[in-house]
Amino acid sequence: MANPFSINGGACVAMVGKDCVAIACDLRLGLQALTVSNNFPKVFQYGDSVFLGLTGLATDVSTVADLFRYKVNMYRLREERHIAPRTFANLVSTSLYERRFGSYFVSPVVAGLEPKTGAPFICGFDSIGCIDFAKDFIVSGTATEQLYGMCESLWEPNLGPDELFETISQALLSAVDRDALSGWGAHVYIIEKDKVTKRLLKGRQD
Amino acid sequence: MPGFDFSNYNRNAALHARGVPLPKATSTGTTIVGCIYDGGVVIAADTRATSGPIVADKNCEKLHYIAPNIWCAGAGTAADTEFTTNLISSNLELHALSTGRKPRVVTCMTMLKQHLFRYQGYIGAYLVVAGVDPTGTHLFTVHAHGSTDKLPYVTMGSGSLAAMSVFETQWKPSLTQDEAVKLCADAIEAGIWNDLGSGSNVDVAIITAEKTTLRRNYIKPNERTQKLKSYVFPKGTTAVLNEKIIHKEDLSKFVSVHELTEESGDVMEVDA
Repeated sequence: MANPFSINGGACVAMVGKDCVAIACDLRLGLQALTVSNNFPKVFQYGDSVFLGLTGLATDVSTVADLFRYKVNMYRLREERHIAPRTFANLVSTSLYERRFGSYFVSPVVAGLEPKTGAPFICGFDSIGCIDFAKDFIVSGTATEQLYGMCESLWEPNLGPDELFETISQALLSAVDRDALSGWGAHVYIIEKDKVTKRLLKGRQD
Repeated sequence: MPGFDFSNYNRNAALHARGVPLPKATSTGTTIVGCIYDGGVVIAADTRATSGPIVADKNCEKLHYIAPNIWCAGAGTAADTEFTTNLISSNLELHALSTGRKPRVVTCMTMLKQHLFRYQGYIGAYLVVAGVDPTGTHLFTVHAHGSTDKLPYVTMGSGSLAAMSVFETQWKPSLTQDEAVKLCADAIEAGIWNDLGSGSNVDVAIITAEKTTLRRNYIKPNERTQKLKSYVFPKGTTAVLNEKIIHKEDLSKFVSVHELTEESGDVMEVDA
Protein backbone atom coordinates (compact mmCIF):
# COMPACT_ATOMS: atom_id res chain seq x y z
CA MET A 1 0.00 0.00 0.00
CA ALA A 2 1.10 3.56 -0.66
CA ASN A 3 2.85 5.81 1.80
CA PRO A 4 0.15 7.66 3.82
CA PHE A 5 2.00 10.94 3.17
CA SER A 6 1.47 10.59 -0.59
CA ILE A 7 -2.05 9.10 -0.91
CA ASN A 8 -3.89 12.43 -1.09
CA GLY A 9 -1.05 14.66 -2.35
CA GLY A 10 -0.54 18.33 -1.63
CA ALA A 11 2.13 20.95 -1.08
CA CYS A 12 2.73 23.81 1.31
CA VAL A 13 5.43 26.48 1.61
CA ALA A 14 6.15 29.41 3.94
CA MET A 15 8.65 32.24 3.42
CA VAL A 16 10.07 35.13 5.40
CA GLY A 17 10.14 38.65 3.92
CA LYS A 18 10.91 42.13 5.22
CA ASP A 19 8.39 42.78 8.05
CA CYS A 20 6.07 40.22 6.46
CA VAL A 21 5.66 36.47 6.00
CA ALA A 22 3.92 34.39 3.35
CA ILE A 23 2.33 30.96 3.48
CA ALA A 24 0.87 29.13 0.49
CA CYS A 25 -0.67 25.78 -0.39
CA ASP A 26 -2.08 23.96 -3.38
CA LEU A 27 -5.75 22.95 -3.57
CA ARG A 28 -5.69 19.33 -4.76
CA LEU A 29 -7.26 16.43 -2.90
CA GLY A 30 -6.72 13.08 -4.54
CA LEU A 31 -6.90 9.35 -4.00
CA GLN A 32 -3.66 8.13 -5.53
CA ALA A 33 -3.94 9.15 -9.23
CA LEU A 34 -7.65 10.06 -9.07
CA THR A 35 -8.35 13.72 -8.27
CA VAL A 36 -11.38 14.02 -5.99
CA SER A 37 -11.46 17.78 -5.38
CA ASN A 38 -9.76 20.94 -6.61
CA ASN A 39 -10.85 22.95 -3.58
CA PHE A 40 -9.12 21.47 -0.55
CA PRO A 41 -7.11 24.27 1.13
CA LYS A 42 -4.32 23.22 3.47
CA VAL A 43 -3.66 26.54 5.23
CA PHE A 44 -5.66 27.35 8.37
CA GLN A 45 -5.86 30.56 10.41
CA TYR A 46 -5.73 30.54 14.21
CA GLY A 47 -5.41 34.24 15.04
CA ASP A 48 -4.69 37.72 13.61
CA SER A 49 -1.38 36.50 12.24
CA VAL A 50 -1.02 32.85 13.17
CA PHE A 51 -1.28 30.43 10.26
CA LEU A 52 -0.84 26.66 10.05
CA GLY A 53 -0.21 24.74 6.84
CA LEU A 54 -0.88 21.00 6.93
CA THR A 55 0.03 18.44 4.29
CA GLY A 56 -0.10 14.67 4.46
CA LEU A 57 -2.98 12.22 4.91
CA ALA A 58 -6.17 14.27 4.33
CA THR A 59 -8.13 12.62 7.16
CA ASP A 60 -5.36 13.61 9.57
CA VAL A 61 -5.08 17.10 8.03
CA SER A 62 -8.75 17.73 8.88
CA THR A 63 -8.49 16.06 12.31
CA VAL A 64 -5.36 17.98 13.30
CA ALA A 65 -6.72 21.30 11.96
CA ASP A 66 -9.86 20.87 14.10
CA LEU A 67 -7.83 19.68 17.11
CA PHE A 68 -5.77 22.87 17.03
CA ARG A 69 -8.87 25.03 16.57
CA TYR A 70 -10.15 23.48 19.82
CA LYS A 71 -6.82 23.87 21.61
CA VAL A 72 -6.35 27.50 20.47
CA ASN A 73 -9.91 28.41 21.51
CA MET A 74 -9.29 26.85 24.94
CA TYR A 75 -6.01 28.76 25.20
CA ARG A 76 -7.81 32.04 24.39
CA LEU A 77 -10.49 31.40 27.02
CA ARG A 78 -7.98 30.43 29.72
CA GLU A 79 -5.39 33.12 29.01
CA GLU A 80 -7.75 35.89 27.75
CA ARG A 81 -5.33 36.74 24.93
CA HIS A 82 -4.49 35.56 21.44
CA ILE A 83 -1.88 32.87 20.96
CA ALA A 84 1.50 33.99 19.59
CA PRO A 85 3.04 32.09 16.66
CA ARG A 86 5.99 30.86 18.74
CA THR A 87 3.64 29.62 21.50
CA PHE A 88 1.48 27.97 18.86
CA ALA A 89 4.56 26.28 17.38
CA ASN A 90 5.37 24.78 20.78
CA LEU A 91 1.73 23.67 21.15
CA VAL A 92 1.94 21.91 17.78
CA SER A 93 5.26 20.32 18.72
CA THR A 94 4.14 18.94 22.10
CA SER A 95 0.77 17.80 20.71
CA LEU A 96 2.48 15.80 17.96
CA TYR A 97 5.14 14.34 20.26
CA GLU A 98 2.44 13.16 22.66
CA ARG A 99 1.56 10.73 19.85
CA ARG A 100 5.18 9.69 19.33
CA PHE A 101 4.21 6.03 18.96
CA GLY A 102 1.01 6.50 16.95
CA SER A 103 1.52 9.69 15.00
CA TYR A 104 -0.72 11.71 12.70
CA PHE A 105 0.56 11.51 9.13
CA VAL A 106 0.97 15.26 8.73
CA SER A 107 3.86 17.67 8.08
CA PRO A 108 2.84 21.02 9.62
CA VAL A 109 4.18 24.49 8.80
CA VAL A 110 3.60 27.54 11.03
CA ALA A 111 3.85 31.15 9.80
CA GLY A 112 3.04 34.44 11.50
CA LEU A 113 4.29 37.70 12.97
CA GLU A 114 5.38 38.00 16.60
CA PRO A 115 2.68 40.10 18.29
CA LYS A 116 4.98 42.45 20.28
CA THR A 117 7.87 43.02 17.88
CA GLY A 118 6.16 42.30 14.56
CA ALA A 119 9.14 40.11 13.65
CA PRO A 120 8.49 37.37 11.06
CA PHE A 121 8.26 33.82 12.39
CA ILE A 122 8.13 30.57 10.42
CA CYS A 123 8.89 26.99 11.35
CA GLY A 124 8.21 23.46 10.18
CA PHE A 125 7.78 20.10 11.89
CA ASP A 126 8.18 16.41 11.17
CA SER A 127 5.22 14.15 11.98
CA ILE A 128 6.40 13.59 15.59
CA GLY A 129 6.90 17.24 16.48
CA CYS A 130 10.57 18.06 15.92
CA ILE A 131 10.68 21.80 15.16
CA ASP A 132 12.73 23.15 12.28
CA PHE A 133 13.27 26.88 12.95
CA ALA A 134 14.22 28.50 9.67
CA LYS A 135 15.24 32.04 8.83
CA ASP A 136 14.40 31.70 5.14
CA PHE A 137 11.67 29.22 4.11
CA ILE A 138 9.91 25.99 5.06
CA VAL A 139 8.42 23.46 2.66
CA SER A 140 6.23 20.38 3.10
CA GLY A 141 4.13 17.89 1.15
CA THR A 142 4.62 15.61 -1.86
CA ALA A 143 6.38 18.41 -3.80
CA THR A 144 8.98 18.90 -1.03
CA GLU A 145 11.97 18.15 -3.24
CA GLN A 146 10.77 20.44 -6.05
CA LEU A 147 9.98 23.20 -3.52
CA TYR A 148 13.44 22.97 -1.94
CA GLY A 149 14.99 23.48 -5.36
CA MET A 150 12.72 26.42 -6.23
CA CYS A 151 13.04 28.17 -2.86
CA GLU A 152 16.79 27.64 -2.62
CA SER A 153 17.24 29.49 -5.94
CA LEU A 154 14.41 32.09 -5.91
CA TRP A 155 14.37 33.20 -2.26
CA GLU A 156 16.48 36.10 -1.11
CA PRO A 157 16.49 38.15 2.11
CA ASN A 158 14.42 41.31 2.69
CA LEU A 159 11.71 40.81 0.06
CA GLY A 160 8.81 43.29 0.38
CA PRO A 161 5.18 42.02 0.52
CA ASP A 162 4.61 42.35 -3.24
CA GLU A 163 7.97 40.81 -4.15
CA LEU A 164 7.43 38.05 -1.61
CA PHE A 165 4.05 37.24 -3.16
CA GLU A 166 5.54 36.83 -6.62
CA THR A 167 8.47 34.76 -5.30
CA ILE A 168 6.38 32.34 -3.20
CA SER A 169 3.73 32.03 -5.94
CA GLN A 170 6.23 31.27 -8.70
CA ALA A 171 8.11 28.84 -6.44
CA LEU A 172 4.90 26.97 -5.57
CA LEU A 173 3.42 26.97 -9.10
CA SER A 174 6.67 25.77 -10.69
CA ALA A 175 7.14 23.08 -8.03
CA VAL A 176 3.61 21.63 -8.24
CA ASP A 177 3.77 21.54 -12.06
CA ARG A 178 6.52 18.92 -11.62
CA ASP A 179 4.54 16.92 -9.03
CA ALA A 180 1.65 14.83 -10.33
CA LEU A 181 0.01 14.68 -6.88
CA SER A 182 -0.08 18.46 -6.22
CA GLY A 183 -1.47 21.54 -7.96
CA TRP A 184 -4.98 22.36 -9.26
CA GLY A 185 -4.78 25.98 -8.04
CA ALA A 186 -3.28 27.59 -4.97
CA HIS A 187 -3.99 29.86 -2.01
CA VAL A 188 -1.37 32.42 -1.00
CA TYR A 189 -1.50 34.45 2.23
CA ILE A 190 0.72 37.53 2.65
CA ILE A 191 0.78 38.48 6.32
CA GLU A 192 1.72 42.05 7.22
CA LYS A 193 1.51 44.02 10.47
CA ASP A 194 -1.98 45.46 9.95
CA LYS A 195 -3.43 43.33 7.18
CA VAL A 196 -3.56 39.87 5.65
CA THR A 197 -3.97 39.46 1.89
CA LYS A 198 -5.37 36.17 0.64
CA ARG A 199 -5.05 35.44 -3.06
CA LEU A 200 -6.38 32.59 -5.19
CA LEU A 201 -3.92 31.66 -7.93
CA LYS A 202 -4.66 30.36 -11.39
CA GLY A 203 -2.91 27.03 -11.78
CA ARG A 204 -2.91 24.18 -14.26
CA GLN A 205 -5.90 21.85 -13.96
CA ASP A 206 -4.20 18.67 -15.17
CA MET B 1 -1.08 13.78 32.20
CA PRO B 2 2.21 11.96 31.79
CA GLY B 3 3.22 9.49 29.12
CA PHE B 4 2.34 8.98 25.49
CA ASP B 5 -1.00 8.83 23.70
CA PHE B 6 -1.32 5.53 21.82
CA SER B 7 -4.82 6.13 20.40
CA ASN B 8 -3.56 6.16 16.78
CA TYR B 9 -1.25 3.19 17.39
CA ASN B 10 -3.65 0.45 16.30
CA ARG B 11 -4.59 2.30 13.13
CA ASN B 12 -0.96 2.85 12.20
CA ALA B 13 0.02 -0.73 13.12
CA ALA B 14 -2.82 -2.10 10.96
CA LEU B 15 -1.64 0.12 8.09
CA HIS B 16 1.95 -0.99 8.66
CA ALA B 17 0.86 -4.66 8.59
CA ARG B 18 -0.58 -4.01 5.11
CA GLY B 19 2.75 -2.73 3.89
CA VAL B 20 2.52 0.99 4.66
CA PRO B 21 6.00 2.30 5.47
CA LEU B 22 6.61 4.00 8.83
CA PRO B 23 6.75 7.81 8.70
CA LYS B 24 10.27 9.12 8.31
CA ALA B 25 11.20 11.33 11.22
CA THR B 26 13.82 14.04 11.12
CA SER B 27 17.02 12.48 12.27
CA THR B 28 20.21 14.17 13.23
CA GLY B 29 22.57 11.87 11.31
CA THR B 30 25.09 13.62 13.35
CA THR B 31 28.62 14.08 14.55
CA ILE B 32 28.77 14.90 18.28
CA VAL B 33 31.83 14.78 20.51
CA GLY B 34 32.99 15.57 24.04
CA CYS B 35 36.40 15.90 25.67
CA ILE B 36 37.56 16.48 29.24
CA TYR B 37 40.45 18.87 29.84
CA ASP B 38 42.20 20.24 32.93
CA GLY B 39 39.56 22.50 34.49
CA GLY B 40 36.42 21.53 32.60
CA VAL B 41 34.79 19.75 29.70
CA VAL B 42 34.03 20.67 26.07
CA ILE B 43 31.22 19.28 23.91
CA ALA B 44 30.68 20.04 20.23
CA ALA B 45 28.26 19.20 17.42
CA ASP B 46 27.64 19.81 13.74
CA THR B 47 24.40 21.55 12.66
CA ARG B 48 22.85 19.39 9.92
CA ALA B 49 19.43 17.73 10.32
CA THR B 50 18.36 15.23 7.67
CA SER B 51 15.16 13.52 6.55
CA GLY B 52 16.30 10.55 4.48
CA PRO B 53 18.72 11.99 1.91
CA ILE B 54 17.20 15.51 2.18
CA VAL B 55 18.89 18.17 4.33
CA ALA B 56 15.93 19.30 6.46
CA ASP B 57 17.74 22.02 8.47
CA LYS B 58 21.11 23.51 7.59
CA ASN B 59 21.71 25.15 10.95
CA CYS B 60 19.93 23.25 13.75
CA GLU B 61 20.97 23.24 17.42
CA LYS B 62 22.15 19.91 18.76
CA LEU B 63 23.60 21.19 22.06
CA HIS B 64 20.79 21.02 24.60
CA TYR B 65 20.53 22.79 27.95
CA ILE B 66 19.99 20.49 30.95
CA ALA B 67 21.12 22.73 33.84
CA PRO B 68 23.43 25.77 33.95
CA ASN B 69 26.39 23.44 34.59
CA ILE B 70 25.20 20.42 32.55
CA TRP B 71 24.77 20.32 28.77
CA CYS B 72 23.92 17.55 26.38
CA ALA B 73 24.72 16.84 22.70
CA GLY B 74 22.09 14.78 20.90
CA ALA B 75 22.13 12.37 17.94
CA GLY B 76 19.48 10.04 16.54
CA THR B 77 15.79 10.94 16.17
CA ALA B 78 15.70 14.74 16.48
CA ALA B 79 12.33 14.93 18.26
CA ASP B 80 13.44 12.31 20.80
CA THR B 81 16.69 14.10 21.71
CA GLU B 82 14.83 17.40 22.07
CA PHE B 83 11.99 16.11 24.25
CA THR B 84 14.07 13.68 26.30
CA THR B 85 16.60 16.37 27.27
CA ASN B 86 13.76 18.84 28.01
CA LEU B 87 12.01 16.31 30.26
CA ILE B 88 15.17 15.45 32.18
CA SER B 89 16.05 19.15 32.44
CA SER B 90 12.68 19.87 34.09
CA ASN B 91 12.90 16.90 36.47
CA LEU B 92 16.48 17.78 37.38
CA GLU B 93 15.44 21.37 38.18
CA LEU B 94 12.68 20.06 40.47
CA HIS B 95 15.20 17.67 42.05
CA ALA B 96 17.68 20.50 42.63
CA LEU B 97 14.93 22.63 44.17
CA SER B 98 13.76 19.89 46.54
CA THR B 99 17.25 18.87 47.66
CA GLY B 100 18.61 22.43 47.73
CA ARG B 101 21.77 21.25 46.00
CA LYS B 102 23.31 21.84 42.59
CA PRO B 103 22.36 19.04 40.18
CA ARG B 104 25.01 16.38 39.52
CA VAL B 105 25.99 14.99 36.14
CA VAL B 106 25.64 11.37 37.35
CA THR B 107 22.08 12.15 38.49
CA CYS B 108 21.27 13.51 35.04
CA MET B 109 22.90 10.52 33.33
CA THR B 110 21.03 8.04 35.56
CA MET B 111 17.68 9.77 34.93
CA LEU B 112 18.35 9.67 31.17
CA LYS B 113 19.37 6.01 31.09
CA GLN B 114 16.44 4.88 33.25
CA HIS B 115 14.01 6.79 31.03
CA LEU B 116 15.54 5.40 27.83
CA PHE B 117 15.84 1.83 29.16
CA ARG B 118 12.14 1.90 30.11
CA TYR B 119 11.33 2.54 26.43
CA GLN B 120 13.62 -0.31 25.25
CA GLY B 121 15.36 1.76 22.55
CA TYR B 122 12.14 2.91 20.88
CA ILE B 123 12.99 6.46 21.98
CA GLY B 124 15.90 6.96 19.59
CA ALA B 125 18.02 9.39 21.61
CA TYR B 126 21.82 8.99 21.59
CA LEU B 127 23.39 11.53 23.90
CA VAL B 128 26.69 12.92 25.11
CA VAL B 129 26.21 14.27 28.63
CA ALA B 130 28.83 16.66 30.02
CA GLY B 131 29.07 18.90 33.04
CA VAL B 132 30.89 20.16 36.10
CA ASP B 133 29.35 19.68 39.56
CA PRO B 134 30.62 19.75 43.18
CA THR B 135 32.04 16.22 42.70
CA GLY B 136 34.13 17.20 39.67
CA THR B 137 34.14 17.20 35.87
CA HIS B 138 32.19 14.45 34.10
CA LEU B 139 31.63 13.17 30.56
CA PHE B 140 29.24 10.35 29.63
CA THR B 141 27.56 8.84 26.60
CA VAL B 142 24.02 7.44 26.84
CA HIS B 143 22.68 5.09 24.18
CA ALA B 144 19.00 4.73 23.22
CA HIS B 145 18.77 1.28 24.86
CA GLY B 146 20.04 2.67 28.18
CA SER B 147 23.70 1.72 28.26
CA THR B 148 26.25 4.32 29.34
CA ASP B 149 29.99 4.95 29.08
CA LYS B 150 32.32 7.15 31.11
CA LEU B 151 35.41 8.20 29.12
CA PRO B 152 37.84 11.14 28.79
CA TYR B 153 36.86 11.67 25.14
CA VAL B 154 33.75 10.44 23.32
CA THR B 155 32.07 10.62 19.91
CA MET B 156 28.58 9.63 18.73
CA GLY B 157 26.34 9.68 15.68
CA SER B 158 26.95 8.68 12.07
CA GLY B 159 30.15 10.76 12.00
CA SER B 160 31.49 9.16 15.19
CA LEU B 161 34.13 7.13 13.32
CA ALA B 162 35.50 10.17 11.49
CA ALA B 163 35.54 12.15 14.75
CA MET B 164 37.09 9.31 16.78
CA SER B 165 39.93 9.01 14.25
CA VAL B 166 40.89 12.59 15.14
CA PHE B 167 40.74 11.88 18.89
CA GLU B 168 42.72 8.65 18.57
CA THR B 169 45.55 10.37 16.65
CA GLN B 170 45.65 13.72 18.47
CA TRP B 171 44.31 13.29 22.02
CA LYS B 172 46.72 13.44 24.93
CA PRO B 173 46.19 13.54 28.70
CA SER B 174 45.95 16.96 30.44
CA LEU B 175 44.89 19.30 27.66
CA THR B 176 44.43 23.08 28.06
CA GLN B 177 41.04 24.63 27.32
CA ASP B 178 42.15 26.00 23.94
CA GLU B 179 43.65 22.64 22.97
CA ALA B 180 40.44 20.82 23.95
CA VAL B 181 38.22 23.24 21.99
CA LYS B 182 40.51 22.91 18.94
CA LEU B 183 40.50 19.11 19.23
CA CYS B 184 36.69 18.92 19.48
CA ALA B 185 36.19 21.39 16.61
CA ASP B 186 38.63 19.39 14.45
CA ALA B 187 36.78 16.17 15.28
CA ILE B 188 33.45 17.73 14.25
CA GLU B 189 35.01 19.06 11.06
CA ALA B 190 36.20 15.53 10.26
CA GLY B 191 32.53 14.50 10.49
CA ILE B 192 31.32 17.50 8.45
CA TRP B 193 33.66 16.75 5.55
CA ASN B 194 33.75 12.93 5.62
CA ASP B 195 30.26 11.91 6.80
CA LEU B 196 27.28 12.67 4.52
CA GLY B 197 24.89 12.73 7.49
CA SER B 198 26.81 15.63 9.06
CA GLY B 199 27.46 19.10 7.71
CA SER B 200 27.27 22.90 7.91
CA ASN B 201 28.70 24.52 11.07
CA VAL B 202 30.42 23.64 14.36
CA ASP B 203 28.74 24.44 17.70
CA VAL B 204 30.85 24.28 20.87
CA ALA B 205 29.97 24.43 24.57
CA ILE B 206 32.71 24.92 27.19
CA ILE B 207 31.73 24.00 30.75
CA THR B 208 33.87 24.99 33.74
CA ALA B 209 33.15 25.16 37.47
CA GLU B 210 32.55 28.91 37.12
CA LYS B 211 30.44 29.17 33.98
CA THR B 212 29.27 27.65 30.72
CA THR B 213 30.08 29.30 27.39
CA LEU B 214 28.00 28.30 24.37
CA ARG B 215 29.81 29.15 21.13
CA ARG B 216 27.00 28.82 18.57
CA ASN B 217 28.43 28.50 15.03
CA TYR B 218 32.03 28.56 16.37
CA ILE B 219 33.24 27.64 12.88
CA LYS B 220 31.26 28.35 9.70
CA PRO B 221 33.14 26.61 6.90
CA ASN B 222 30.12 26.22 4.61
CA GLU B 223 28.69 29.72 4.08
CA ARG B 224 26.69 30.21 0.88
CA THR B 225 28.28 32.72 -1.47
CA GLN B 226 26.20 35.71 -2.48
CA LYS B 227 24.11 35.07 -5.59
CA LEU B 228 25.47 37.08 -8.52
CA LYS B 229 22.03 37.66 -9.99
CA SER B 230 18.68 38.50 -8.39
CA TYR B 231 15.61 36.49 -9.33
CA VAL B 232 12.94 38.90 -8.06
CA PHE B 233 9.92 38.80 -10.35
CA PRO B 234 8.29 42.03 -11.54
CA LYS B 235 4.96 42.84 -9.87
CA GLY B 236 2.04 41.24 -11.72
CA THR B 237 3.95 38.14 -12.89
CA THR B 238 1.53 35.73 -11.22
CA ALA B 239 -2.05 35.42 -12.49
CA VAL B 240 -4.49 36.06 -9.62
CA LEU B 241 -8.13 34.90 -9.85
CA ASN B 242 -9.35 36.41 -6.58
CA GLU B 243 -7.97 38.71 -3.91
CA LYS B 244 -9.25 39.44 -0.42
CA ILE B 245 -7.61 41.86 1.99
CA ILE B 246 -8.44 41.43 5.67
CA HIS B 247 -7.49 44.39 7.85
CA LYS B 248 -6.73 43.74 11.48
CA GLU B 249 -9.63 45.94 12.72
CA ASP B 250 -12.11 43.97 10.56
CA LEU B 251 -10.93 40.75 12.11
CA SER B 252 -12.23 41.85 15.54
CA LYS B 253 -15.79 41.56 14.17
CA PHE B 254 -15.43 37.81 14.49
CA VAL B 255 -13.16 37.36 17.50
CA SER B 256 -12.32 40.15 19.91
CA VAL B 257 -9.90 40.12 22.77
CA HIS B 258 -9.27 43.60 24.15
CA GLU B 259 -6.31 44.61 26.27
CA LEU B 260 -7.71 46.34 29.37
CA THR B 261 -6.22 49.68 30.37
CA GLU B 262 -6.20 51.34 33.81
CA GLU B 263 -8.67 54.09 32.65
CA SER B 264 -11.30 51.74 31.31
CA GLY B 265 -12.22 50.78 34.86
CA ASP B 266 -13.06 47.23 33.85
CA VAL B 267 -9.86 45.82 35.27
CA MET B 268 -10.55 42.73 37.31
CA GLU B 269 -9.94 43.15 41.00
CA VAL B 270 -7.00 41.15 42.20
CA ASP B 271 -6.17 40.40 45.81
CA ALA B 272 -3.57 42.84 47.03
